[in-house]
Amino acid sequence: MSDLTITALRFGFLLLLWVLIFSIVSAMRRDLMVGRKAASGAPTQREVRKNPGLAEAAPQPVKQQAHQLVVIEGPLKGTTLPLAASPILLGRAQEATLVLEDDYASGRHARLFPQGSRWFIEDLGSTNGTYLADQQLTRALPVEPGVPVRIGKTVIELRP
Amino acid sequence: MSQLSTMPKPRRNVELALLLLALAVGIGANMLVGIDRENAFDSDFWFQSGLLAVAALVFHGVLRLRAKYADPVILPLVVALNGIGLAMIHRLDAPGDDTGNNQLRWTLIAMAVAIGVIWFLKDHRILRRFTFISLAASALLLILPLVPGITAGEILGARVWIRLGPMTFQPGEVAKITLAIFFAGYLSSNRDLILLAGRKVGPLQFPRFKDMGPMITAWLVSIGVLIFQRDLGSSILFFGLFIVMIYVATSRISWVVIGLALIAGGGFVAAQVFSHVQLRIDGWLNAFTPEVYDRFPGGSRQIIQGLFGMANGGLMGTGLGQGRPDLVPFANSDMIIASLGEELGLIGLFAVVLMYLLLFTRGFRAALGTRDAFGKLLACGLSFAVALQCFVVIGGVTRLIPLTGLTTPFLAAGGSSLLANWIIVGLLLMISHTARGPVDTTPLPPGKGSEAPGIDTPTEAVKHL
Repeated sequence: MSDLTITALRFGFLLLLWVLIFSIVSAMRRDLMVGRKAASGAPTQREVRKNPGLAEAAPQPVKQQAHQLVVIEGPLKGTTLPLAASPILLGRAQEATLVLEDDYASGRHARLFPQGSRWFIEDLGSTNGTYLADQQLTRALPVEPGVPVRIGKTVIELRP
Repeated sequence: MSQLSTMPKPRRNVELALLLLALAVGIGANMLVGIDRENAFDSDFWFQSGLLAVAALVFHGVLRLRAKYADPVILPLVVALNGIGLAMIHRLDAPGDDTGNNQLRWTLIAMAVAIGVIWFLKDHRILRRFTFISLAASALLLILPLVPGITAGEILGARVWIRLGPMTFQPGEVAKITLAIFFAGYLSSNRDLILLAGRKVGPLQFPRFKDMGPMITAWLVSIGVLIFQRDLGSSILFFGLFIVMIYVATSRISWVVIGLALIAGGGFVAAQVFSHVQLRIDGWLNAFTPEVYDRFPGGSRQIIQGLFGMANGGLMGTGLGQGRPDLVPFANSDMIIASLGEELGLIGLFAVVLMYLLLFTRGFRAALGTRDAFGKLLACGLSFAVALQCFVVIGGVTRLIPLTGLTTPFLAAGGSSLLANWIIVGLLLMISHTARGPVDTTPLPPGKGSEAPGIDTPTEAVKHL
């Protein structure tokens, strides 16, 4: 084989290596949410500006069953918290939405999040566990209004 | 909430496309290394390329069946690295030498084992049950090379091999996986205790000895055995794994400070006490001194020849099959990075390093995405082990740090390392499958009862769905 062919193949191989790398990086782009379409599937700011129809197309928030969180037992008894569309972190940590002054609660104890029309509670690996109607949580479960949720010595309930 | 979540996409077709590209790289490399010999396209070439392609496609098929949501770029990256390694080893084979075919055999075995891991271990959280069994297994694996009868004796100054029939095996390579499983399992259940209980001395908080006992034992066992086995590289690897996992679990910078201080102290003591460590450091600092260069054992000839080789390669490289990497001792194992640097040049070597970097980021992405503390720690630990190994080897070859006997993952000739790294890939793929897959928030079906607690303990999920 001629020297020229071999040289061409040599550079071709280096090129192929970098083609592989750039293909992999572009395959990862969507995962890193820097592409045209964000991983969430929601239209980006720029898309909304260019195409105002997209903003209206976003689905209306579903009507929630529960609108209020009430502490019915424990040191914070009587506290209420309005429920919006964002998840709520329960625990002793300062970053928590509802900071529990309860020695039996973990820093980041449990998380309440809305899905569809319902609220779900999920234990975040707490030391003493989260109990939904006296049943220890092992996975995210829906919380119906009026069902007590126990975290350490605190009991909370959702109200419509 | 509902407007944010879309159905997760498996993206297996993306993987297939990238995999074909990766196979083109591997097979292209294999073609180029023999292109100006008369036997360029002999039956050997077709046989090897065909086997690699079939194995990679079978692996892809298994992912389609068993781990649909696994990360689509991990497999192509690893296949490309493994293919380049195979081609380079094949190219360095002296006539009649069988290292290349041996490496291909081990690649197939390793891929089969990784497929087995994905097929039979349906959920990585099952491994959490084996926390303490893993500790025992690590200790056993590390002690095996010292046991008379199965030990392969001292090879190249280290006692890390055992004899398995006609082959030799390095159990320490597998021990890094079992140790990572132990650290992940132990730290994920005892993190709160280590964080909260304990005495505060100045800015540093020391955990109670009771909570740290098993960790310290694990560390002592690995370091102790490695002093007896005289394997400096693995001891750095285990120590780094230990510090990183404890740092990731507790997010206390004090652990890193303590760890670096221990490394500095340990390194100083080791340099004073052990002659082989002393020789390594001397061969690194005074590599160009003629007496050091010619010394045997422990001379710097290997490093310097590697550096000359890479200098000869320059920016573009001499081209696969065109250089003389065979002048370097252990060109196909310890020094394979220097061989690749010579023949692919800086451009090609950067591509290889970047592939490792991408692999590492995908491992951490899986750790971020998965919801259980055990999976997070395991993915971090395993991908960090691969990254640290790359740093120690490539740093050693390029004379940034003293050269130690670790293998370059997926590239270097050596079955045990290949096997262990493919198992790591299998585990990372499974963790990324749970990380990227849909989250089950449907209520428990009635009558099924609650699952065993402790297996599925979600922690602070970074992912807010």
